[in-house]
Amino acid sequence: MMEQVVITFLCMAILLYFLLGGADFGAGIIELFTSTKNRSKTRKTMYQAIGPVWEANHMWLIIAIVILFVGFPHIYTTMSVYLHIPLAIMLIGIIARGTAFVFRHYDAVKDDMQWFYNRIFRYSSFITALFLGIIAGSLISGHIDTQANDFYTAYISGWLNWFSVAVGLFTVALCGFLAAIYLIGETKEAHDKRRFIKKAELMNIAAVVFGAMVFIAAQRDKIPLIDWVFKSNVGLSAIVLASLSLVLLWYLLLKGKTKILRILAGFQVTMILLAISYAHFPNFIRLKSGDAISLLETVGPEKTIYSLGLALLLGSVLILPFLGYLFYKFQKREE
Amino acid sequence: MDDFIAARSQMALSLGFHIIFSCIGMVMPFFMAVSHYKWLKTNDEVYKNLTKAWSKGVAIFFATGAVSGTMLSFELGLLWPKFMDHAGPIFGMPFSLEGTAFFIEAIALGFFLYGWNKLNKWFHWFTGMVVGVSGLASGILVVAANAWMNSPAGFDFVNGQYLNIDPIQAMFNKAWFSQALHMCLAAFTATGFAVAGVHALMILRDRNKEFHLKAFKIAAIFACIGALLQPLSGDISAKDVAKRQPAKLAAMEALYKTEKPAPLLIGGIVNEKDKTVKGAIEIPGALSFLAHGDFKAEVKGLDQIPENEHPPVAITHYAFQIMVGIGTLLLLVSLIYFFTLFKKNPLTEKRWLLKLFVGAIPLGYIALEAGWVVTEVGRQPWIIYGIMRTKDAVTPMPGIAYSFYIFSAIYVSLSIIVTFLLYRQIKMVPVLYNKPETK
Ligand code: HDD
Ligand code: HEM
Ligand code: HEM
Repeated sequence: MMEQVVITFLCMAILLYFLLGGADFGAGIIELFTSTKNRSKTRKTMYQAIGPVWEANHMWLIIAIVILFVGFPHIYTTMSVYLHIPLAIMLIGIIARGTAFVFRHYDAVKDDMQWFYNRIFRYSSFITALFLGIIAGSLISGHIDTQANDFYTAYISGWLNWFSVAVGLFTVALCGFLAAIYLIGETKEAHDKRRFIKKAELMNIAAVVFGAMVFIAAQRDKIPLIDWVFKSNVGLSAIVLASLSLVLLWYLLLKGKTKILRILAGFQVTMILLAISYAHFPNFIRLKSGDAISLLETVGPEKTIYSLGLALLLGSVLILPFLGYLFYKFQKREE
Repeated sequence: MDDFIAARSQMALSLGFHIIFSCIGMVMPFFMAVSHYKWLKTNDEVYKNLTKAWSKGVAIFFATGAVSGTMLSFELGLLWPKFMDHAGPIFGMPFSLEGTAFFIEAIALGFFLYGWNKLNKWFHWFTGMVVGVSGLASGILVVAANAWMNSPAGFDFVNGQYLNIDPIQAMFNKAWFSQALHMCLAAFTATGFAVAGVHALMILRDRNKEFHLKAFKIAAIFACIGALLQPLSGDISAKDVAKRQPAKLAAMEALYKTEKPAPLLIGGIVNEKDKTVKGAIEIPGALSFLAHGDFKAEVKGLDQIPENEHPPVAITHYAFQIMVGIGTLLLLVSLIYFFTLFKKNPLTEKRWLLKLFVGAIPLGYIALEAGWVVTEVGRQPWIIYGIMRTKDAVTPMPGIAYSFYIFSAIYVSLSIIVTFLLYRQIKMVPVLYNKPETK
């Protein structure tokens, strides 16, 4: 019973990190692809939009990691050993973008240093999202080889392969898309809105292209992605719903309804994640040997899971109302 | 560089870096709450400006603390996977509660930093307090996890298996209280002296005296109370260590031979090869008293501990000397400060006292880092005391040395930037806060 609670929280935390943290990375990615002339405006909109909540957005990653190392230590350590390099790169990205974001705002003197912070923020946003995707892709790619005895097979080829990199790029596009949609609702001027809509279009196209690449790479690497998505009812319905919501999203966008968009965009990304992961759930890591490490089989001792579940339930009772109020308070601000 | 040494160095560096920011995150909200409270009560604009100025500094530190903490929660696995494989489910309880505490802290910080003029003023004040209380709670929890490594509990270790795991018992292990108490006091002492010292420097330079004087008084009172209690709590810690980790105590005091009664050594040069200490001042019987509360008690020396379980003696001993030395100094400064509070003439005229505080800026943090070196290096060669050796826990991945170099470079650059930002923040105080805000 508690096992299910803990697994639900884990999935929730991962999902929310993709959505909220993803939108956050996306903001940096969009800035990267914004012409110099509009950058400072983009930056300002973005700061107002995510400033109050960015710290909370990133807590989901920590929650997910803590659940993993307390409840599913074997999964945590397998990832840590065989995906050491991409994890380390992602961490460097997280450190760089988190500090650059705050420094550029709180530097008491606004001078050339801003140029430096901005650079770091943009590039590290891109890198973090890319490697987050690469890590996610590697977990299901089946390239991780726990029996390897040379450096390359053990620590490189597990994540440096076509499929993982394609998933990484796809993630970058999704993050950019989420952020663009989110920012459309944050601007008031028609001119700015148009700019973000353009960005959303661009990111949407990129997502489709990279999404196709993911399938091609899966085919090439013999990953049964097509089976997962199209041969299971859940996978198929999720993909259909994702496509429908995309159509609806563009329709509403043309109609100028901007606030509901973000819910649709979030829904769409959720469906994509569901489609990809449902078929092999609860397997968390697929290995080269053909085996898989499953959440259910590696779950920690009973008492641990029990108290972890209790801590999570207690935590959410304390946190969720507070968090909801935070989002609400700073949503209302401009209206 | 050897991979094992590199992994240990990287861990030490990351923790040593994180602890500075987390202490500031734990303590500054309380300073701000006091100043904020005074503003709400007296309507004195200076207090409002002070709260705002501090909160800007805290935002910088908080972000750095958060990213370095995120780094740590991955690093435990990246560097010590075999440790986490077993320890995760046992000592994870405080971490999962800590997650909750961090979350509340992050949310409350969002409210606090962005809530000026937007929230009810007392609710706004309250969110600031929540930041402080949850920060303190997370500090206590994470130290309880570390205490478990010093004093494993909550499981049975049978034939290399970890059975009958009970995470609650693991959290409330024998060391958690003494360590958490000492750590919290240390956070107040170290941050208090650093903040008070910076403002004292500004008073000496005749900048915005009113502003800095108010700041100084708030920080100094916290610092001095902390410094008064620190030796008492340190004594509890020492007695505790004597009971549960005799090897660590022996290393702290460089006590190579079991003695009864045992003298306390002050200073001295340790020679690890010959197992001797040269040039130390000996206070007869004092160590017996410190460790067991009895001037005649026997204190176990390193000769009673198998050689392959000796911690590095010199480092532990020097670090302990540094901590206690600084602790004594800060105690004196506090006593002087409290004494002068009863004198009539204003603080600004006692330039020597302000200079004393300026001198103390780095001391608390040096003691804090030294104290952690005592605890962590003194536990070696164990990662889980008596159960698992550090070298058996390290990641099999080669090339950790490169990772160590890269992360060192990152931490060094971050430290430089944060210092630079803080310098600018302080330099801008006259410009930003000289006239009362019109808003
Ligand atoms: C401002 C910082 C500071 C100051 C002034 C002191 N300490 Fe300390 N000490 C720490 C900061 C610290 C620390 C960094 O916070 C440690 C590391 C682990 C812990 O629990 O606290 C610590 C650990 C620590 C330990 C080891 C605890 C363990 O391994 O479980 C002992 C025995 C003492 N201290 C004793 C003292 C004594 C007798 C002091 C007398 C003045 C003293 N400390 C001052
Ligand atoms: C923030 C304050 C802390 C500091 C400054 C600190 C310092 C250090 C140092 C110097 C080492 C290296 C010891 C050596 O290899 O000789 C170390 C190791 C380690 N520490 Fe701490 N530590 C702190 C708190 C913690 C906490 C709270 C935990 C975990 C709950 C922890 C877990 C570890 C681990 C896993 C190692 C590596 C294994 C080992 O060397 O025993 N530390 N730390
Ligand atoms: C004695 C050692 C430690 C103390 C006292 C401590 C305390 C704190 C505090 C008060 C914060 C809040 C952030 C801030 O105010 O700057 C923080 C942040 C954090 N710490 Fe530590 N910590 C310690 C060691 C560790 C270790 C060993 C880990 C990981 C295993 C860790 C993980 C984290 C994480 C993930 C955050 C970020 C949370 C956020 O975003 O607010 N800490 N720490």
